[in-house]
Amino acid sequence: MDIPVEYGVPQTRLTRVRVSNMVERVREAENAIVALMESQGYGEDDVFAIKLAMEEALVNAIRHGNSNDATKFVTLQYFVGEDRIIVSIADEGPGFRPEEVPDPTLDENLEKPHGRGLMLMRAYMTDVRFNERGNEIWMMRLIEPAGGQSAGERDASVAGE
Amino acid sequence: METPSSHLKVRRSDNVTIVSFVDRKILEELAIQEIGEEINRLVETEPGVRLLLDFSGVDHLSSAALGMLITVNNRVKEQNGLLRLANINKQIFEVFKITRLNKLFSIHATADDALADL
Repeated sequence: MDIPVEYGVPQTRLTRVRVSNMVERVREAENAIVALMESQGYGEDDVFAIKLAMEEALVNAIRHGNSNDATKFVTLQYFVGEDRIIVSIADEGPGFRPEEVPDPTLDENLEKPHGRGLMLMRAYMTDVRFNERGNEIWMMRLIEPAGGQSAGERDASVAGE
Repeated sequence: METPSSHLKVRRSDNVTIVSFVDRKILEELAIQEIGEEINRLVETEPGVRLLLDFSGVDHLSSAALGMLITVNNRVKEQNGLLRLANINKQIFEVFKITRLNKLFSIHATADDALADL
Protein backbone atom coordinates (compact mmCIF):
# COMPACT_ATOMS: atom_id res chain seq x y z
CA MET A 1 0.00 0.00 0.00
CA ASP A 2 1.25 3.50 -0.79
CA ILE A 3 1.39 6.26 1.76
CA PRO A 4 -2.13 7.65 2.44
CA VAL A 5 -2.72 10.88 0.49
CA GLU A 6 -3.93 12.52 3.71
CA TYR A 7 -0.43 12.21 5.18
CA GLY A 8 0.64 15.00 2.82
CA VAL A 9 4.02 13.53 1.91
CA PRO A 10 4.89 11.91 -1.43
CA GLN A 11 6.00 8.29 -1.45
CA THR A 12 9.37 9.33 -2.83
CA ARG A 13 10.24 11.20 0.39
CA LEU A 14 10.04 8.04 2.49
CA THR A 15 13.09 6.09 3.59
CA ARG A 16 12.56 2.35 3.17
CA VAL A 17 14.45 -0.39 5.00
CA ARG A 18 13.89 -4.13 4.91
CA VAL A 19 15.32 -6.04 7.85
CA SER A 20 15.35 -9.64 9.09
CA ASN A 21 12.60 -10.57 11.51
CA MET A 22 14.89 -10.34 14.54
CA VAL A 23 14.49 -7.96 17.45
CA GLU A 24 18.10 -6.71 17.19
CA ARG A 25 17.81 -5.87 13.47
CA VAL A 26 14.47 -4.16 13.90
CA ARG A 27 15.78 -2.29 16.93
CA GLU A 28 18.59 -0.81 14.82
CA ALA A 29 16.05 0.59 12.37
CA GLU A 30 13.97 1.94 15.26
CA ASN A 31 17.06 3.62 16.76
CA ALA A 32 17.85 5.26 13.42
CA ILE A 33 14.42 6.89 13.37
CA VAL A 34 14.76 8.08 16.96
CA ALA A 35 18.26 9.46 16.23
CA LEU A 36 16.86 11.34 13.26
CA MET A 37 14.13 12.83 15.46
CA GLU A 38 16.64 13.87 18.10
CA SER A 39 18.94 15.44 15.49
CA GLN A 40 15.98 17.51 14.28
CA GLY A 41 15.29 18.79 17.77
CA TYR A 42 12.14 16.86 18.62
CA GLY A 43 11.25 16.97 22.31
CA GLU A 44 11.02 14.09 24.72
CA ASP A 45 7.22 13.77 24.54
CA ASP A 46 7.37 13.24 20.78
CA VAL A 47 10.27 10.81 21.07
CA PHE A 48 8.44 8.90 23.81
CA ALA A 49 5.29 8.70 21.67
CA ILE A 50 7.11 7.48 18.56
CA LYS A 51 9.20 4.96 20.49
CA LEU A 52 6.12 3.57 22.17
CA ALA A 53 4.04 3.34 18.99
CA MET A 54 6.91 1.78 17.03
CA GLU A 55 7.64 -0.68 19.80
CA GLU A 56 4.07 -1.93 19.79
CA ALA A 57 3.89 -2.13 15.99
CA LEU A 58 7.25 -3.89 15.71
CA VAL A 59 6.44 -6.44 18.39
CA ASN A 60 3.17 -7.17 16.59
CA ALA A 61 5.01 -7.56 13.27
CA ILE A 62 7.82 -9.78 14.60
CA ARG A 63 5.79 -11.95 16.92
CA HIS A 64 2.26 -12.06 15.53
CA GLY A 65 2.71 -11.25 11.86
CA ASN A 66 5.95 -13.09 11.18
CA SER A 67 5.47 -15.67 13.98
CA ASN A 68 9.03 -15.11 15.29
CA ASP A 69 10.36 -16.66 12.07
CA ALA A 70 13.88 -15.25 11.51
CA THR A 71 13.79 -16.11 7.79
CA LYS A 72 11.01 -13.55 7.27
CA PHE A 73 11.38 -9.80 6.91
CA VAL A 74 9.95 -6.60 8.32
CA THR A 75 9.74 -3.56 6.05
CA LEU A 76 9.86 -0.10 7.60
CA GLN A 77 9.14 3.13 5.78
CA TYR A 78 9.52 6.45 7.53
CA PHE A 79 9.60 10.18 7.21
CA VAL A 80 10.73 12.63 9.86
CA GLY A 81 9.64 16.12 8.82
CA GLU A 82 9.30 19.46 10.54
CA ASP A 83 5.77 18.95 11.78
CA ARG A 84 5.06 15.27 11.24
CA ILE A 85 6.55 11.85 11.71
CA ILE A 86 5.30 9.01 9.56
CA VAL A 87 6.12 5.35 10.14
CA SER A 88 4.92 2.31 8.26
CA ILE A 89 5.69 -1.26 9.29
CA ALA A 90 4.82 -4.30 7.20
CA ASP A 91 5.26 -7.99 7.93
CA GLU A 92 4.80 -11.11 5.84
CA GLY A 93 1.96 -12.54 7.91
CA PRO A 94 -1.66 -13.18 6.98
CA GLY A 95 -2.75 -9.91 8.59
CA PHE A 96 -5.44 -9.28 11.19
CA ARG A 97 -8.68 -7.37 11.58
CA PRO A 98 -8.08 -4.39 13.86
CA GLU A 99 -11.81 -3.85 14.31
CA GLU A 100 -12.03 -7.22 16.05
CA VAL A 101 -9.60 -6.27 18.81
CA PRO A 102 -11.69 -5.72 21.96
CA ASP A 103 -11.52 -2.39 23.79
CA PRO A 104 -9.02 -3.01 26.62
CA THR A 105 -10.30 -0.04 28.63
CA LEU A 106 -13.72 -1.61 29.27
CA ASP A 107 -14.18 -2.68 32.89
CA GLU A 108 -14.51 -6.34 31.90
CA ASN A 109 -11.18 -6.24 30.03
CA LEU A 110 -9.08 -4.26 32.51
CA GLU A 111 -7.61 -7.35 34.16
CA LYS A 112 -6.77 -9.09 30.89
CA PRO A 113 -3.03 -9.01 30.26
CA HIS A 114 -3.18 -8.62 26.47
CA GLY A 115 -4.66 -6.33 23.84
CA ARG A 116 -3.36 -2.85 24.70
CA GLY A 117 -0.80 -2.32 21.91
CA LEU A 118 -3.22 -1.13 19.26
CA MET A 119 -5.01 1.32 21.54
CA LEU A 120 -1.68 2.78 22.69
CA MET A 121 -0.61 3.33 19.08
CA ARG A 122 -3.93 5.06 18.41
CA ALA A 123 -3.55 7.20 21.54
CA TYR A 124 -0.04 8.41 20.76
CA MET A 125 -0.36 8.84 17.01
CA THR A 126 -2.61 11.33 15.22
CA ASP A 127 -3.60 8.71 12.65
CA VAL A 128 -3.28 4.92 12.52
CA ARG A 129 -4.51 2.79 9.64
CA PHE A 130 -3.92 -0.61 8.08
CA ASN A 131 -3.90 -2.05 4.60
CA GLU A 132 -6.82 -4.27 3.68
CA ARG A 133 -4.97 -7.48 4.50
CA GLY A 134 -3.97 -6.13 7.90
CA ASN A 135 -0.24 -6.88 7.68
CA GLU A 136 0.89 -3.28 7.12
CA ILE A 137 0.35 -0.38 9.48
CA TRP A 138 0.65 3.33 8.68
CA MET A 139 0.97 5.84 11.49
CA MET A 140 1.43 9.59 11.55
CA ARG A 141 2.04 11.94 14.45
CA LEU A 142 1.40 15.61 13.75
CA ILE A 143 3.31 17.93 16.02
CA GLU A 144 1.38 20.51 18.00
CA PRO A 145 2.68 24.07 17.78
CA ALA A 146 4.57 25.17 20.91
CA GLY A 147 2.30 26.27 23.74
CA GLY A 148 -0.57 24.07 22.61
CA GLN A 149 -2.04 21.13 24.44
CA SER A 150 0.40 18.26 24.71
CA ALA A 151 -0.23 15.21 22.56
CA GLY A 152 -0.66 13.08 25.68
CA GLU A 153 -3.38 15.36 27.05
CA ARG A 154 -5.09 15.58 23.69
CA ASP A 155 -5.02 11.85 23.15
CA ALA A 156 -6.14 11.01 26.67
CA SER A 157 -9.23 13.16 26.15
CA VAL A 158 -9.91 11.58 22.75
CA ALA A 159 -9.50 8.09 24.21
CA GLY A 160 -11.95 8.94 26.99
CA GLU A 161 -14.73 10.05 24.68
CA MET B 1 19.27 -7.30 52.27
CA GLU B 2 19.58 -7.26 48.51
CA THR B 3 18.94 -10.26 46.37
CA PRO B 4 21.15 -10.36 43.29
CA SER B 5 19.18 -10.50 40.07
CA SER B 6 19.64 -9.50 36.48
CA HIS B 7 16.54 -7.30 36.28
CA LEU B 8 15.37 -6.54 39.82
CA LYS B 9 16.60 -5.19 43.11
CA VAL B 10 14.64 -6.64 46.00
CA ARG B 11 14.73 -5.51 49.61
CA ARG B 12 12.55 -5.84 52.69
CA SER B 13 11.32 -3.06 54.92
CA ASP B 14 8.84 -3.63 57.76
CA ASN B 15 7.39 -6.77 56.16
CA VAL B 16 7.02 -5.05 52.81
CA THR B 17 8.83 -6.46 49.80
CA ILE B 18 10.17 -3.55 47.77
CA VAL B 19 11.09 -4.30 44.19
CA SER B 20 12.86 -1.83 41.94
CA PHE B 21 14.01 -2.26 38.36
CA VAL B 22 17.55 -2.33 37.04
CA ASP B 23 16.57 -1.64 33.43
CA ARG B 24 15.50 1.82 32.27
CA LYS B 25 13.41 0.25 29.56
CA ILE B 26 11.01 -2.63 30.21
CA LEU B 27 10.43 -3.62 26.60
CA GLU B 28 12.10 -6.86 25.61
CA GLU B 29 9.84 -9.86 25.61
CA LEU B 30 12.34 -12.15 27.30
CA ALA B 31 13.21 -9.59 29.98
CA ILE B 32 9.53 -8.95 30.69
CA GLN B 33 8.91 -12.67 31.00
CA GLU B 34 11.83 -13.06 33.39
CA ILE B 35 10.77 -10.06 35.48
CA GLY B 36 7.23 -11.42 35.70
CA GLU B 37 8.43 -14.86 36.75
CA GLU B 38 10.77 -13.39 39.34
CA ILE B 39 8.10 -11.17 40.91
CA ASN B 40 5.52 -13.95 40.82
CA ARG B 41 7.96 -16.23 42.68
CA LEU B 42 8.22 -13.58 45.41
CA VAL B 43 4.43 -13.38 45.57
CA GLU B 44 3.81 -17.12 45.60
CA THR B 45 6.22 -17.81 48.45
CA GLU B 46 4.49 -15.33 50.75
CA PRO B 47 0.73 -15.52 51.30
CA GLY B 48 -0.61 -12.07 52.15
CA VAL B 49 2.45 -10.49 50.55
CA ARG B 50 2.74 -6.71 50.77
CA LEU B 51 4.50 -5.72 47.59
CA LEU B 52 5.75 -2.34 46.43
CA LEU B 53 6.98 -1.95 42.88
CA ASP B 54 9.22 1.11 42.67
CA PHE B 55 9.56 2.46 39.10
CA SER B 56 12.32 4.98 39.83
CA GLY B 57 14.61 5.19 36.83
CA VAL B 58 12.22 3.41 34.46
CA ASP B 59 11.51 5.60 31.45
CA HIS B 60 9.96 3.23 28.92
CA LEU B 61 7.60 0.31 29.06
CA SER B 62 5.43 -1.49 26.56
CA SER B 63 1.98 -3.03 26.56
CA ALA B 64 3.68 -6.38 27.20
CA ALA B 65 5.09 -4.92 30.43
CA LEU B 66 1.60 -3.71 31.38
CA GLY B 67 0.35 -7.24 30.78
CA MET B 68 3.04 -8.60 33.08
CA LEU B 69 2.00 -6.13 35.81
CA ILE B 70 -1.63 -7.20 35.44
CA THR B 71 -0.61 -10.84 35.85
CA VAL B 72 1.36 -9.90 38.98
CA ASN B 73 -1.66 -8.01 40.30
CA ASN B 74 -3.87 -11.05 39.74
CA ARG B 75 -1.38 -13.30 41.59
CA VAL B 76 -1.16 -10.86 44.51
CA LYS B 77 -4.95 -10.87 44.78
CA GLU B 78 -5.02 -14.68 44.76
CA GLN B 79 -2.58 -14.58 47.66
CA ASN B 80 -4.73 -12.03 49.51
CA GLY B 81 -1.83 -9.64 49.32
CA LEU B 82 -1.46 -5.96 48.60
CA LEU B 83 0.27 -4.37 45.62
CA ARG B 84 1.31 -0.74 45.37
CA LEU B 85 3.14 1.09 42.56
CA ALA B 86 5.29 4.16 43.12
CA ASN B 87 7.65 6.64 41.45
CA ILE B 88 6.13 6.24 38.00
CA ASN B 89 7.36 9.03 35.78
CA LYS B 90 4.97 11.45 34.10
CA GLN B 91 5.12 9.90 30.65
CA ILE B 92 4.58 6.36 31.90
CA PHE B 93 1.78 7.49 34.19
CA GLU B 94 0.11 8.86 31.07
CA VAL B 95 0.26 5.33 29.62
CA PHE B 96 -1.52 4.03 32.73
CA LYS B 97 -4.17 6.73 32.35
CA ILE B 98 -4.75 6.11 28.65
CA THR B 99 -5.20 2.39 29.28
CA ARG B 100 -7.27 3.12 32.44
CA LEU B 101 -4.89 0.93 34.41
CA ASN B 102 -4.60 3.75 36.95
CA LYS B 103 -8.03 2.46 38.03
CA LEU B 104 -6.78 -1.10 38.46
CA PHE B 105 -3.52 -0.33 40.27
CA SER B 106 -2.95 1.65 43.42
CA ILE B 107 -0.34 4.19 42.32
CA HIS B 108 1.52 6.53 44.65
CA ALA B 109 3.83 9.44 43.90
CA THR B 110 6.61 8.24 46.19
CA ALA B 111 7.74 5.00 47.80
CA ASP B 112 7.10 6.53 51.24
CA ASP B 113 3.49 7.33 50.30
CA ALA B 114 3.05 3.76 49.05
CA LEU B 115 4.61 2.29 52.21
CA ALA B 116 2.19 4.32 54.32
CA ASP B 117 -0.64 2.62 52.40
CA LEU B 118 0.64 -0.93 52.97
